[in-house]
This record gives sequence, structure tokens and C-alpha cells, in this order.
Amino acid sequence: MGYGDVQMIDENGNRVDGRKAGDIRPIEIELGVVPVADGSASMRWGTNYVIASVYGPMEAHPRKIQRQERAVLDVRYNMAPFSTTDRFRPGFNRRSREISKVTSDALESVVLLELYPRSKIRVEIEVICAEAGTRCVGLTAASLALADAGIPMTDMVVSVASGKINGIVVCDLNKEEDNYGAADLPMGVLPNTGELVFLQMDGDLSPSEFQEAWDYNMEAALKIHVIMKEAIANKYGGGQ
Amino acid sequence: MSSSGASDGRTSAASGSLVIPGDKISSDTSDRLGHGVMKLNGEMIATKLGYVVVKAGEISITPIHTAYFPRPGDLVIAYIEGMRSNIWFIDLNAPFNAILPMSLAPMKIDYGGTRDAMNVGTTILCRVQEVDEAHSSVVTMKGMGLRKVNSGFVDTIPPHLVSTISSGTNAIINQLKDASNCRIILGANGRIWVDGEPEGIRLVRNALAFVRDNEHSTDLAGAFTGHLANGNGE
Repeated sequence: MGYGDVQMIDENGNRVDGRKAGDIRPIEIELGVVPVADGSASMRWGTNYVIASVYGPMEAHPRKIQRQERAVLDVRYNMAPFSTTDRFRPGFNRRSREISKVTSDALESVVLLELYPRSKIRVEIEVICAEAGTRCVGLTAASLALADAGIPMTDMVVSVASGKINGIVVCDLNKEEDNYGAADLPMGVLPNTGELVFLQMDGDLSPSEFQEAWDYNMEAALKIHVIMKEAIANKYGGGQ
Repeated sequence: MSSSGASDGRTSAASGSLVIPGDKISSDTSDRLGHGVMKLNGEMIATKLGYVVVKAGEISITPIHTAYFPRPGDLVIAYIEGMRSNIWFIDLNAPFNAILPMSLAPMKIDYGGTRDAMNVGTTILCRVQEVDEAHSSVVTMKGMGLRKVNSGFVDTIPPHLVSTISSGTNAIINQLKDASNCRIILGANGRIWVDGEPEGIRLVRNALAFVRDNEHSTDLAGAFTGHLANGNGE
């Protein structure tokens, strides 16, 4: 039996975890979970559990990374060895480096780095439990942690991945769908303007399927943005 | 390729409401832009997580979290972090450290005598003299009341609360001084030096913990008065 033979969505549109095509997994957000950090956030998304913490702005060391006109965003994405079923070899690897870079590029679109010349803002993303879509969870949690740290930004970044399973485009792939699906399209979106700050694709999607996945991601980003705002209001009160 | 999904959720935020980065505050850009607000695509949006304040034609955000950025003239309570032969490196509770040149020290010392004069860990009262565009600052200890601190203890409050607890007719800091009978100096960097009898110091510590826990309340001074009247939680 090959990957294409795994049935992950039935004729009624029910996925293996009971969701419909456009549904996202349950999300829980908590801010201020790392007291020693300037800002932090934890995000439970399905079985994913990610903690993001932000330090800075601080002096940029080593000096060679300093930029005269703006701050440097130093993002580090790491998966704990116990975060996956098979032990994940600790340490920085090619995948971590790639995800760190795309996360940094996405966040640089919104952070007002020019306000802190010659300084560094450090973002640490630690995956405690992984279940597909960790880069999306990490990017979203990092955006929350930056806001919690008081780092000025033009918007929040919300990231979500849609994909194709058994020829059907669905939103927010879980582990089985990510492993056995035909395509995966993670995106990072600014919810207030609809602008795109992060886009990757794995597998094959036709133009119409791409549009469908795009629309799912945009719609899900708005829902997740509401969840983020609720979590922030729960922590700091709705107003004075 | 359509980009459906641009949020219509940008609604104007009322004064006192909690906003997150990207939230629209106003479409009326005639108001002055204060802290944490910027103009984008013809609208005023929040750039920080905090509460909207509309005052005297200016819209600003009181942030949930701030870092202390020194300004010339600030009185600060700082720690010596390191030294060279003619200079000390100072921890200001800011993202960037400051320097204290030998020439601005309160005592006369010889070249190479910095460690004997003020060692690592020493607490000092100093004033920010200048800050350059790269956020490097120079502090001075030449001035009235600027000295090494040899007694008491130092506590910390979020820097954005400094003006809150020191302003008003019934300022929190004045209430604290009266209630504790201690000498209290509030630094602009959020550090507070307290010296006095142990009972007074304990009262101050409990009171500052209350301030930190209730920093986002609407009437912090009033709540603080009630807290002191109720025995400071003891």
C-alpha cells in the first residue's frame, strides 16, 4: 500500500480527526510563560506545543553582525529531542536553519527594526511536542512573543498550512495528512491587510487547488487572529 | 490570484482599550502621533501591545511592556558590571550598557585604580549625561547626591510605571515614604533604592509587589491607598 492509498477523508468530508475540510485544530495560547524573557508565548495547536521567547533589544554581539541603520533579528528554531516519536537528534541542523531563516524573514517584514540601530532582538522558538505544522505554530507564537515584549510591529503574523489529501484540498494538516498527503502549503499572513510574508510549498497543486488552499489559509488566519486577541485580552484585560 | 481574507477587523479603538500591533486606532490622522502609534495607509495604527491614551490632541499607547531607554538628565540607580583602567561599564537596566569615565567619578583616582575605587557589583546613584544615536550612553557621578550606595536594598518596577507612581497629588511614592519612614529614591530606569528600619523595608517590598501585580489597573494610586489602609497585605 503506497502513500496515495491511505484514506484520510471520507465521502462525507470527515477527516481522520473528525474535522471538515476547512476546520482548524484547537488552539490554546498563553502569554508570559517564560518570566526571565522580555516577552514570551506558548501555543498549543492540536498536539503541537511550542514556546517562543524574545530577548531584547540588546547589544548585538559579535560586533560583525551589527547593522548601522537597524536592528538584527536573530531567530532560532529548535525541536526538542523528545518532541517527536523517534528521538530528534539535538542540535542545529539544516531543517532548523531553514525554518529559522524563513521565520526571521517573515518577522522582519513587520518589526520596526530601524528604531533600534546596532542592536539585536533574539527570538527563540522551542518545539516541545511536534505534530505537523510546527513552523507555522512557531512563527505565530514568535509574533505573540514579540508583541508581549513590547517590540513595535506594524501587524501580527499569523501562519497556517493547507494541503491536499486524497485529491481534496483541506486546511491545517495534521500529522497523518502531512505525512501521507500530496501537497502542503504553509503561509504567513498579516491579518489586517491580507499581505503575505511567508510562503512555501511541498508537492503538487494545480492553479485552482492552489487558490483553494490560499483561500483556506486566509480564512483560517483571520480566525486565529481572533483567538490571539482573545488570549491577549484574557492576560492583560480588555481595557482600562 | 485573489487575496481574499484581508481583515475588515480594523475598527477604531476607543481611549483605554487594549490594542495589539496592527490594530487601527483612528482614521482621523489630524491628531498628533504619540508613543506606539504610526500612520500607515492613511490610518493611525498601533505598533505596540498596550492601552490607547487620547490626551490633548495626541494619541499614544501605554505599552504593557517597555524597556528603559536612557535620556540625558535621568537619575538612575545602576550597577558596576566591569571596568578597565580608566572606565567603568554600567548596567542601567536598559538594553544597552553605559560607561562611566574616570573623569566623571565622584572621587579622585589614579589610572588603573578603578577596581579599588568601585568594584564589580557596586550600586551607584548616577545621572545620564549623554546618549548617542547608537544608544550608547555616558553617566556621571559628579553632582549633588550622586554617590556609591552602601546600605539599603534595590527593587525594580517596570520603567513605564515610574511616572505613574511619582506623579499626582497623592503619589504612590509619597504614600510609601510616609507609611514606611524610609529613605526612598526612585530611578528613571525603574530601580528603587530603599533604606531604613527592617519593618519599613518589609512594608516597601510588599507594597512594590502589589504595584507590580496591579500595574494595569485603572486607578493604581487609589488601589494602592486602599492596600496600605488594609495593612499592606500583612
